[in-house]
Amino acid sequence: MNKSIELIPSQLRRDILRMVHAVQSGHPGGSMGCVEFFVALYFKLLRHVPEPFNMNGKNEDLFFLSNGHISPVLYSVLARSGYFPIEELNTFRKINSRLQGHPTTHDGLPGVRVASGSLGQGMSVAIGAAESKKLSGDKNIVFTLHGDGELQEGQIWEAALYAGAKKIDNLISTIDANGQQIDGSTDDVMPMGNIGAKFSSFGWEVIHLNQGNKLSEVINGIQKAIGRTGNGKPICVIMKTEMGAGVDFMSGTHKWHGIAPNDEQLADALKQLPETLGDYPI
Amino acid sequence: MNSYLNQGNKDTRSGFGSGLLHLGKTNPNVVALCSDLTGSLKMNAFADEFSERFFQTGIAEANMIGMAAGLTIGGFIPFTGTFANFSTGRVYDQIRQSIAYSGKNVKICASHAGLTLGEDGATHQILEDIGLMKMLPGMTVISPCDYNQTKAATIAIADYVGPVYLRFGRPKVPNFTSPEKTFQIGEADILTEGSDVTIIANGHLVWEALEAYNYLIANGISAEVINFSTIKPLDIKTLLKSVSKTGKVVTAEEHQRNGGLGDSISQALSLNNPCPIEMVAVNDSFGESGEPAQLLKKYGLDAENIIKAVNKVMKR
Repeated sequence: MNKSIELIPSQLRRDILRMVHAVQSGHPGGSMGCVEFFVALYFKLLRHVPEPFNMNGKNEDLFFLSNGHISPVLYSVLARSGYFPIEELNTFRKINSRLQGHPTTHDGLPGVRVASGSLGQGMSVAIGAAESKKLSGDKNIVFTLHGDGELQEGQIWEAALYAGAKKIDNLISTIDANGQQIDGSTDDVMPMGNIGAKFSSFGWEVIHLNQGNKLSEVINGIQKAIGRTGNGKPICVIMKTEMGAGVDFMSGTHKWHGIAPNDEQLADALKQLPETLGDYPI
Repeated sequence: MNSYLNQGNKDTRSGFGSGLLHLGKTNPNVVALCSDLTGSLKMNAFADEFSERFFQTGIAEANMIGMAAGLTIGGFIPFTGTFANFSTGRVYDQIRQSIAYSGKNVKICASHAGLTLGEDGATHQILEDIGLMKMLPGMTVISPCDYNQTKAATIAIADYVGPVYLRFGRPKVPNFTSPEKTFQIGEADILTEGSDVTIIANGHLVWEALEAYNYLIANGISAEVINFSTIKPLDIKTLLKSVSKTGKVVTAEEHQRNGGLGDSISQALSLNNPCPIEMVAVNDSFGESGEPAQLLKKYGLDAENIIKAVNKVMKR
């Protein structure tokens, strides 16, 4: 694997922590857990044109973040891959910013094609975009990301039923299976049972990605999913991650779902994450 | 007598179906989605002739609304079809986030609105949909009055870029506007010139307002009947011009008083030119099963009640 891509995750984690620390709000836990997924997608696998950004995305792969609360990791990867200036990360959640608490098209931020935050809606939007691609003969792929807790929303299963029944085989939906949600572990809040079996029974091909915080494994897993598109079934990637991955005291707990680190915690966390690409200026 | 003749009773939903078929033939970007009510929405002709541009979602309205938002990405113009109840209240958050806030060019087309849905009863007779939709920033809200106008409005909204809520109904009602007339979003139509009172109506109650006009003119009251088929954006210019002559207003609609056309008119008048107003609308109650005409009478929405409201406002 190209050595330089391995430098990116640490910088994304620094961005995430510095962004949420600056405004003492936001969702670092899920963001940190999905860093390798976003690096794999935006720096390796997605066929996309960051500049100039085109809303219609014809002849591009599209990505929809359905669990919009992990906006810090999306904003970081969009900025770092050229959608907008890295300095703009400093405006996250502040007044008059394009980097709203949850992602939106409303303020014209390049890289965002639909608002998300109210959970469960992104898969339906992605299916519409996938149908749009099929109708116009565009062979590119539509990707989504969902939280495992988000699967408790009923609309997800309306969408999953449609995608399986209508053979939306240009869609790859990845589930961030970190086993956590705001109120606790998914097993405590609402046990999800066998997620893979659920998607299988809805007519999806299911791929298990067991090391979602190992970049090479994520690249391999998503590449495998891409190789399975066009075969009459939508693809579901169940990606095991650790919420808060990359910082010892934040890992594997729901505690950091929506809590920002204080000054001391930030310093402690940043010590564990080398500055590889240069921090954005404050 | 007013000069409007009933060309024969027709349902406004068929006007939608006919307009959609026309769009299928003339605009290759128009696509349609339906949640298992293709026959009820009169979308069959489009679905049969343009099957590749028609998406049957099954009984899953939330997914349909999300898919419509997604279909705009790539340049298509999606028209969603289901009953008004399932087009609004059931999917309010999906419309709010994925369509309105996201600025998506989706046309939400809603049939079986109001009491005149009839025998199915209050579970399906939504009387709050216009209020729900007009509160959403950037949403255009239209309730045409007959078959011809519904067809014209369906065709017109395809050329407008932005989210639209188009409301129509189930029963066969008088079809009286010109089939040649094109629809202009945001323009109210003065149907009869008058000087004593302004009657503002939309949807099925425009015909009731014209019947009221006939009675009133025979009894020495000159009513200016205006069809306010676009609730948002509201044609304030036409409203104020009429009120500057009459100084008195009656509104009539098949909707709750809270959040409906009368509420918009009242707000515009309060801000610009306060004057006496009476509202013919459902007043904080649910409907019930019955025939459309029986329901309009029982809930105070027919021509007779418009006349009563005029007599009341004339004394103020």
